Amino acid sequence: MGRYVVRRLLQMIPVFIGATLLIFLMVNVMGDPVAGLCGDRECDPATAAQLRKEFGLDKPVWQQYLTYMGNVFTGDFGTAFNGQPVTELMGTAFPVTIRLTIIAILFEIVVGIVLGVVTGLRRGRPVDTGVLLLTLVVISVPTFVTGLLLQLLLGVKWGWIDPAVSSEAPFDELIVPGLVLASVSLAYVTRLTRTSIAENRRSDYVRTAIAKGLPRHRVITRHLLRNSLIPVITFIGTDIGALMGGAIVTERIFNIHGVGYQLYQGILRQNTQTVVGFVTVLVLVFLVANLVVDLLYAVLDPRIRYA
Amino acid sequence: MRGATHARRAACAAAVALAATACGGGGGDGGSGDSGAVLSSSWGDPQNPLEPANTNEVQGGKVLDMIFRNLKKYDPKTGEAKDMLAEKIETSDSRTFDITVKDGWTFSNGEKVTAQSFVDAWNYGASLKNNQRNAYFFAYIDGYDKVHPEDGGDQSADTLSGLKVTGERTFTVKLNQTFSSFPDTLGYNAFAPLPKAFFDDHDAWLQKPVGNGPYQVDNYTRGNQMSLRTWDQYPGDDKAQNGGVDLKVYTDNNTAYTDLIAGNLDLVDDVPAAQLKNVKNDIGDRYINTPAGIIQTLAFPFYDDDWNKSGSEKVRKGLSMAIDRKQITDTIFQQTRTPATDWTSPVLGEDGGYKAGLCGDACDYNPEEAKKLVKDGGGLPGGQVKITYNADTGSHKQWVDAVCNSINNALDNDRACVGNPVGTFADFRSQITDRKMSGPFRAGWQMDYPLIQNFLQPLYYTNASSNDGKWSNQEFDDLVDKANGQTDTAEAVKTFQQAEEVVRDNMAAIPLWYQNGSAGYSDRLSNVELNPFSVPVYNEIKVS
Repeated sequence: MGRYVVRRLLQMIPVFIGATLLIFLMVNVMGDPVAGLCGDRECDPATAAQLRKEFGLDKPVWQQYLTYMGNVFTGDFGTAFNGQPVTELMGTAFPVTIRLTIIAILFEIVVGIVLGVVTGLRRGRPVDTGVLLLTLVVISVPTFVTGLLLQLLLGVKWGWIDPAVSSEAPFDELIVPGLVLASVSLAYVTRLTRTSIAENRRSDYVRTAIAKGLPRHRVITRHLLRNSLIPVITFIGTDIGALMGGAIVTERIFNIHGVGYQLYQGILRQNTQTVVGFVTVLVLVFLVANLVVDLLYAVLDPRIRYA
Repeated sequence: MRGATHARRAACAAAVALAATACGGGGGDGGSGDSGAVLSSSWGDPQNPLEPANTNEVQGGKVLDMIFRNLKKYDPKTGEAKDMLAEKIETSDSRTFDITVKDGWTFSNGEKVTAQSFVDAWNYGASLKNNQRNAYFFAYIDGYDKVHPEDGGDQSADTLSGLKVTGERTFTVKLNQTFSSFPDTLGYNAFAPLPKAFFDDHDAWLQKPVGNGPYQVDNYTRGNQMSLRTWDQYPGDDKAQNGGVDLKVYTDNNTAYTDLIAGNLDLVDDVPAAQLKNVKNDIGDRYINTPAGIIQTLAFPFYDDDWNKSGSEKVRKGLSMAIDRKQITDTIFQQTRTPATDWTSPVLGEDGGYKAGLCGDACDYNPEEAKKLVKDGGGLPGGQVKITYNADTGSHKQWVDAVCNSINNALDNDRACVGNPVGTFADFRSQITDRKMSGPFRAGWQMDYPLIQNFLQPLYYTNASSNDGKWSNQEFDDLVDKANGQTDTAEAVKTFQQAEEVVRDNMAAIPLWYQNGSAGYSDRLSNVELNPFSVPVYNEIKVS
């Protein structure tokens, strides 16, 4: 187990370097960011040159990358164009997004899995058909439509929530945005669980468990669910990263000053330091989440052991 | 309405902190203002560090407008430059100006505003090593080439030789050319005075800027919110009529608008284009739509021989006549823009140099004539024009497509015009700087100060900072030089208009429309107005 973890951690290094290099190059290909700093006019050449020097943009790209990586290892993620250190931006953005992600994941786990189990056990019944249809609707409607609709109904028409989240973004204000963010994944989790449960219900070990005379809830939770969750856990694990980085639409609709918003602004302003910094952290989150998922397999399925 | 109570509670908490009253009774009568009440307003994260000479966009400018007062102030209604901190500005030759600062002004930290406060601030703004985006505003002052060498080489001086402090409240400014309307430019943010604290502890100042305006910064969380509170000891006569302003950063202007409708926000100064259709329904007469000093044009790459040969002015004029401005401003912009008939803006007023109809028939929609002119001029270069624009902000795609559609219809050619979107504003600007444009491109101009000079010289003078098309015309340059030397304002304006006629005759850029500022506000507010820079006049807003 320990050796497996070490091997996986070592594998992260090339993935990490490759991912950051790609992002770095992509942002650079977009062109000269300094030109956008002076409004609808040309920066005077002297100031532009000075700014380029300050942000290290006057050097060749490979050198910029090396300097950047060198700084990253000392904890310096550079400075955004408005003079704010990127670490400070991260310090305000990540807690908000993490809260949002936790809510979204909770929705996926609680609602998604419960619906999945219920429909999986009652396959073909009206409940099953109803939920299936509902998930189909949720999957086919784009997130921004769901978001704007809920915002308009709950926030403006009925006044149950504030349409915009305040800058502190506490948990209770993030419930509706979290639901919107989770909606599509939630539908997938439901469908995955349902299929998995329905399939395993007829397997030998479940029949054995029932034959032994175990109570129904014990059969379901200990035997059936535990084995059926492997694909679901895989999905949720990779979804953590996707939710954190992919919340751009939801964050803009609900005025959440999180990672998605900072990335969006970084891309618009072509701010390499912000974009690469945030993406680097997201890459790390992805890698760690994947590792945790793989380790969870062993817990869930006794047949899987890492040597 | 949980949301609404929520907001009122927050506003009350803030007001209590200020030891003000009148919070319990919600839904007041609307007429009388409560001078202690705080309003909330939408905001965007300023792009550059919040220093006077470093702020060139409206979001940062909004704050500077509240926390600073300059030598001059532009009248929020007429745009006229009026003395604010200036007791008098005297000149005999339009080149050397003797400026006297009024007595009794201080910064909100108690420090006196003196001639030195101005000179230090201007020297800081001009100096290359401080990376100030607006440094070129000081380019008219003698010695600028020493502190800000054009080629980016080492600066040989730290201070402008043209600035001299002659007393506690007096200083002289010597320009490197005659510029009769120079005093009128001094209302621009870049010319604000700065306290010693700015230089002594710069980082602390940026965390919490200190100025001499009617508001002071109470709390600033970067990227989230800035709380401004009325400064009680403010010596000026334009004291704030409310207790303060909370500027809230919104991720999207649609969200801000929704928040206004839900009653959680008091003022939105940028109503999104998509909501213009609903605005009458949603907030009725609490919507303002007034002219701002912004004009949108199509510029041309004069460095491209295809657009700079004899006869191509006919093609440009033809294109101008092929655009149905009225229809586009009515349908796409819901009358938040007005078809342009000159190259300035109605906010200048007739005395200021705005002249409706100066463009003449070249700005009227006339498909027949358009077709003929384009044909006479040798046809469209390459058989097609591509209008380049940035697609990330400002719903430019919609109007560019509409303009192209109009051109295609007028010229009876489905392929005459297509839009050419560029992903980001920064990339769009860098392509312009690198002279990579191959056809007309979007050019917008928001005035820095309400002078006809500002609509012409930066845009069309040879090698001027915003002359994106690199148009160059000796006659135009001579007229601008002449106008800048004329001390009589009316005469100078007339000369500028002659220069504008040169722009017209060559169709150096196609004027499209004048842009309005728009804002919506909650029923708590009254006396809301936008100044000619499309910024709300916060200090006059009354909160009930």
